[in-house]
Amino acid sequence: MSQPRLKLSGISKSFPGVRALNNVSLDLYPGTVTALIGENGAGKSTLVKILTGIYQPDVGDITLEGAPINLPTPHAAADHGITAIHQETVLFDELTVTENIYLGHAPKTAFGTIDWPKMREAATKLLGEMGAAHIKADALLKDLGIANKHLVAVARAMSIESDIVIMDEPTAALSQKEIEDLFELIALLKSEGKAILFISHKFDEIYQIADRYTVFRDGEMVGEGTIADTGQSEIVRMMVGRSVDQIFPKHEVSIGAPVLTVENLCHPTEFANISFEVRQGEILGFYGLVGAGRSELMQALFGITRTSDGRIDLDGKPLSLNASSAAVDAGIVYVPEERGQQGVILDLPIFQNISLPSLDRTSKRGFLRMVEEFALTREYAARLDLRAASLSQTTGTLSGGNQQKVVIAKWLATRPRVIILDEPTKGIDIGSKAAVHEFMGELVANGLSVIMVSSELPEVMGMSDRIVVMREGRIAATFENNDTLSPETLVRIAADIGDAA
Amino acid sequence: MTRLLKSREFWLAVGIALIIALTSIRSSGFGTPGNIAGIFNNTSILIILALGQMVVIITRSIDLSMASNLALSGMIVALVNAAYPEIPVPLLMGLAIFCGLLMGAFNGLMVWKVGIPAIVVTLGTLTIYRGIIFLIAGGQWVNADQMSADFVAYTRINVLGLPLLSWYAIVIIAAFFVVMTRTTIGRAFYAVGVNPTAAIYTGIDVGRTTFIAFCISGMAAGLSGYLWVSRYVIGSVEVASGYELNIVAACVIGGVSIAGGIGTVASAVLGALFLGVINSALPVINISPFWQMAISGAAIILAVILNARQGRRKGRIILKDVEAAQ
Repeated sequence: MSQPRLKLSGISKSFPGVRALNNVSLDLYPGTVTALIGENGAGKSTLVKILTGIYQPDVGDITLEGAPINLPTPHAAADHGITAIHQETVLFDELTVTENIYLGHAPKTAFGTIDWPKMREAATKLLGEMGAAHIKADALLKDLGIANKHLVAVARAMSIESDIVIMDEPTAALSQKEIEDLFELIALLKSEGKAILFISHKFDEIYQIADRYTVFRDGEMVGEGTIADTGQSEIVRMMVGRSVDQIFPKHEVSIGAPVLTVENLCHPTEFANISFEVRQGEILGFYGLVGAGRSELMQALFGITRTSDGRIDLDGKPLSLNASSAAVDAGIVYVPEERGQQGVILDLPIFQNISLPSLDRTSKRGFLRMVEEFALTREYAARLDLRAASLSQTTGTLSGGNQQKVVIAKWLATRPRVIILDEPTKGIDIGSKAAVHEFMGELVANGLSVIMVSSELPEVMGMSDRIVVMREGRIAATFENNDTLSPETLVRIAADIGDAA
Repeated sequence: MTRLLKSREFWLAVGIALIIALTSIRSSGFGTPGNIAGIFNNTSILIILALGQMVVIITRSIDLSMASNLALSGMIVALVNAAYPEIPVPLLMGLAIFCGLLMGAFNGLMVWKVGIPAIVVTLGTLTIYRGIIFLIAGGQWVNADQMSADFVAYTRINVLGLPLLSWYAIVIIAAFFVVMTRTTIGRAFYAVGVNPTAAIYTGIDVGRTTFIAFCISGMAAGLSGYLWVSRYVIGSVEVASGYELNIVAACVIGGVSIAGGIGTVASAVLGALFLGVINSALPVINISPFWQMAISGAAIILAVILNARQGRRKGRIILKDVEAAQ
């Protein structure tokens, strides 16, 4: 293999009282995809921020083509040809596609003003070359889906002729089809000799697209090598320092009578004719491409969006869900997809987050009773095996997995009948993932009904008793999850692809 | 102990004590208990207003109409008192609070049900409420000789060494402390302010919570309306004109975050006291009132800088040995 284009060595980075990176190294080669692997909190994000000039390393060297460089600002990183594409795209919603691509390096006229015709033409040409001609150069970014936003980000990277492209979990919010498109694009970037750093939690993706890997654990570099020579289990062992059983816990629960029955539920723009039932002790999986209307449906079941037609019955009694508080009172709770923004209030202490929806029960005539409140919090924190130094600690200081436990504890404390989990393991590490799966098994064993929205096939197939596939706002099919159901069937129905034969 | 040293309120209290001490060097009478009690009494109305404003700011809104609400509520009770001097003053105080509540509720409804940003609604009602004073009073003043003796006395009667006005402030401070720290609605104010989206997803009605915050600020303004008219013995269109900025300033100096979610009763009270002490101290050391405005302004900017520094996030603890060492 040739010389690395970008070489990081001996990088350490401390924050007040915290060492986030300790003597790590990373090599990126031209025309090569290097996967950066590690559990949440292993230091991947810190490294990305160092590479993009947001953080400065305390010690350590960065060399580009053998010459040492400094990256004091994001601008300097861009000047050295380093671009990052983030999980949640950091572009400008209110600007057009063209402006987003050329912001900061727009072609100028003789008078020093922006040369709009030239810029638009160049953007259109660039998108065409990438196979993204469907994106209009004049469209506002906010009107695009997340996958197309990624494409714009890639176009931006290509427009500044970056030699080094960092992709920080670019597939997290993409559907299978969109991921395939992205991978084709990565192959294109590779063939142009760009060095790519690819960060993902998903092993199938890493094995599909990456050539090399580097593994971080607890802020240290624990291994690197070529993907072809290394088995998945070996990498998993490096990541967690122990081997993890990736098999889903199979729960043996006798499924009872229907608890929640949804009939012909309609929304003016988001979904239509939704009918299904969830039974006691059942995990009902909702699979579909991103944008199939699953989260929107769940938000309606939780009273956040209003429906235009149809009925929702809980235990045979019709519900009128005009506010989220009505859903909570009825016994339907929702663990949202965006944990940090919707699930927990990061700046509040753990105990306040957990007790928040149950305050009516722990208080008396509007006055808080701290003893009852702490007792409730302690009970549910213990049930979920929440790892925290103190329940008065700010929730934002917890890891993603423990934050998710706070959300689930908060809802269990309301003693719900139906719990809706929207992408419950998105963006959390393998260890916490297994804990969440284990816990779902316990929930149904205790007689709850679980609705799980997931875009990860192994999770849907591993956990669900039955699977509803949604497509374009409607239910496309419902399956019993038994041995005859194949993942290919689900994908084909979700993506509306005819029989392969 | 370290928590105390880190707290904004502690250092603000130290700052206030320092100003009093330094001013006492120049004028020995300044630091006497009697004078300090006087400063507190002078600041009582601002404290009550700042507490009401704090609740609104915590829920990510702002109430710019408080001073106008104060003036209108004050004018109403002054007119009623002038026309029917036999109505007992406690009843008039109730009426003032009720008028304030109505105006606050109107602000709150516009924000909640119509969905207009709070700053726009209250900027509008700021002029509307003051305009109504002109309509009901016909541009006339209500003077001292039109007010009953009780009406004027109910802020002045000395109880246990302090005028009643100070006692009202003390009772209101205690009431706000209980509401903000010991009730479910107090908890809801913070939840809504820190993260409204998560609050919705937790089953909290964000609009209703904001509405209640406006009702509280309205009641605080209404009560202050009576207190102001009684204390300064005048009711007019110009009462407390421009005072809304002092109220917001008191909150910001105290450390109530204008972005919502952060703020305590102590911070609003100390912020108001800081302004009160500055305003009393500067004339004593012969600094012109124009400098007072500049100094208040500088204090606001300093407070915002301190807030921004405090709000900066600390890094995450990732390395196990560092975690163990802490």
